[in-house]
Amino acid sequence: MQHRTRRGATALLSTTVLVALAACSSGGSGSGSGDGGADAAACEPSEGSVELSFTSWIPGIETAVDAWNAENPDIQVTVQTGPNGNGGTYQNFFNQLKAGNAPDLGQIEYDALPNFRVQDGLADLSACADVVAAQDQFVDWTWGQVTLGDESSVWALPQDSGPMAMFYRADLFEANGIPIPTTWDEYAAAAEQVRAAGGYITNFSTADVNQLAGFVWQADGQWFSNDADGWDVTLTSDESEKVADYWQGLLDDDLVSTVPAWTTEWDNAYNTGQAWTWVSAVWGANSIASGAPDTAGKWAVAPMPQWEAGDTAAGNWGGSSTAVFKGSDHLYEATKFALWLNTSEEALTILNEEANIYPATKDGLSLPVLQEGVEFYGGQAIYDVFAEASGQVSPDFVWGPTMTQVYNDVSDGLKLAATGQGTVPDALAAAQTKTVDALKAQSIPVQE
Amino acid sequence: MTTATRSPLAAVGSALVRDGSGPTAPGRSVKTPVMPRVAAMLVMAVFTVYFLLPIWWLLVAATKTRGDVLSTSPLWFADLNIVENVRDVLTYRNGLFGQWMANSALYAGVGALVATLLAAMCGYALAKYRFRGREAIFNIVLGGVLVPATALALPLFLLFSRVNLTDTYWAVLLPSVVSPFGVYLARIYAAASVPDELIEAARLDGAGEVRTFFGISSRLMTPALVTVFLFQFVAIWNNFFLPLIMLRDERKFPVTFGLYQWNTQLNQIPELNTYVLVGALLSIIPLIVAFLALQRFWRGGLGAGSVK
Repeated sequence: MQHRTRRGATALLSTTVLVALAACSSGGSGSGSGDGGADAAACEPSEGSVELSFTSWIPGIETAVDAWNAENPDIQVTVQTGPNGNGGTYQNFFNQLKAGNAPDLGQIEYDALPNFRVQDGLADLSACADVVAAQDQFVDWTWGQVTLGDESSVWALPQDSGPMAMFYRADLFEANGIPIPTTWDEYAAAAEQVRAAGGYITNFSTADVNQLAGFVWQADGQWFSNDADGWDVTLTSDESEKVADYWQGLLDDDLVSTVPAWTTEWDNAYNTGQAWTWVSAVWGANSIASGAPDTAGKWAVAPMPQWEAGDTAAGNWGGSSTAVFKGSDHLYEATKFALWLNTSEEALTILNEEANIYPATKDGLSLPVLQEGVEFYGGQAIYDVFAEASGQVSPDFVWGPTMTQVYNDVSDGLKLAATGQGTVPDALAAAQTKTVDALKAQSIPVQE
Repeated sequence: MTTATRSPLAAVGSALVRDGSGPTAPGRSVKTPVMPRVAAMLVMAVFTVYFLLPIWWLLVAATKTRGDVLSTSPLWFADLNIVENVRDVLTYRNGLFGQWMANSALYAGVGALVATLLAAMCGYALAKYRFRGREAIFNIVLGGVLVPATALALPLFLLFSRVNLTDTYWAVLLPSVVSPFGVYLARIYAAASVPDELIEAARLDGAGEVRTFFGISSRLMTPALVTVFLFQFVAIWNNFFLPLIMLRDERKFPVTFGLYQWNTQLNQIPELNTYVLVGALLSIIPLIVAFLALQRFWRGGLGAGSVK
């Protein structure tokens, strides 16, 4: 869930570039990197008791790990923590991989996995029979996120997911006699009525490129694909263009506001009824509840608007996996722990209670805690909507190996679009060119 | 000989006294026209407000409940909730915040103390002993002032990884005990305030070099050393990048890094919003205290370094 710190991450990134330069000048000393684990293909139990280290920034993850440690005296896991991935932990992982002291396991968001894969930082879990056998337990599309489009390998285990739906102010829609939109056309029509009533139907975020990706994902679009010939960058695919044109239309007609996302101003827009809907992921339920406390009881959740009436497609925004780093000497034990953490009802319940983690397993979607009505949403059992959405996410969406760069470039373009100096399609077109250049600059094969 | 020892000490003593009250006196006696004075006051007032406004905002926000932070005026108080807020922060996760404050105090306190000692000895040696390569060493140290600490963090991480010292207290403490700027200041100040005759006299009286340094020279250098200490204390307290790269165990985090970590978890745990605000307020208190307590030394030392 990196969107909230995008700007901080950018600042940090520019400093890490400096650091990387400094590291280059002191180079040549890194001969120790990546020793061990060169042929870690075997997935065999180790002799005697094993100690594993696991880095995650999920608050309260220790509670789940403590439960594991109590039940498994021979496989003791130590938790290491830090800021969220783009806030510094990914860079730390890369540093640790270089220094040869990476933890055994680490939390990595889906959109960052290809980057670690390209840098050869991940162990292939498909050597472990348990992992391969567990495929059916996970929601189908999440498995696609961790195989990275290559069915013969498994690079991580899905941990959580962010299926998308539409949060809306049920009271305001009702009071103004506006029907709840079920298609994007109806959404645009409702936007005009909402504008006439003095509000905005939603806020167009220039920082949350993941959200835009989620819209494209729903439209069955792709931004990347990867095969033997290299990476294919398709930020300007037809589906992507369709989504971009749609939002550009809303921007042109001043039907959406462009408050900077995740600021007090943005919270306030929702808290004071200026913004009426938010098409967001399951974890957004908490963002609204904490950002707009005065609107308790007035919100409800409906499925995402569809491109064609009668369709059932959903997008996804966010989600993490648990990966085993190359160099770990205990692949067998590490995957055993990761499987327990991400599939057992015990662990999933703890993670949901501690940090509102929304599971990536089929069984996890029907956890008792996810069946209850939520007071903030007028008692609606909102997770039913998300569980349904989770089954409607396309399994084909693939992330690229340079997502941080992609996010920054698209976001730059969206900021111009928000101020009328550019358009959303322009933003994608510009990012397309820059992404291809960035891949080439890193000697990653690109198709053109 | 007694006169020789007395005069520099007295000079330093009177310098300290002067620093407290002296500089304002001449300013008052000179008549300045009204307009420039008003203009100067105005500029200063504007800047004071400019600098204090964020702190005021922080102070106000820290007294509010989470809901009030969003819904009430950001620059004035709503329901006072500061006591509960502080208690919540201090008890959250078994007093993690208190541990962070203690860690920061340890890193900054011990780090700055050792850094000051090393800088004093190094600067004194460079100022008072003649040996081959002295200027070369000094220039290299001076070059160290130009290298930002951030740029050194990653190489340091790779070095510490080699000796298995990452994620330990040493990982933050060891890099903190060197202060090139401190060496520079100590050398300048020692050259100016410790007379060669005095050291000569101490030697004649049979004092060893170490005893001369601790017994006489270091006392003469006190204002500069306090400055070095404060500089280094603040630098370590605010150092964020090194702990970010080195530390994984949250029980070892300093307060700056800990608050940053909380800040990145706001999505999952919204009540952290208040904790970050209150924590930020609490974390600047030690710095304010250190400044107020050591202010006059600070000014004295800075002035000495710049003029002489």
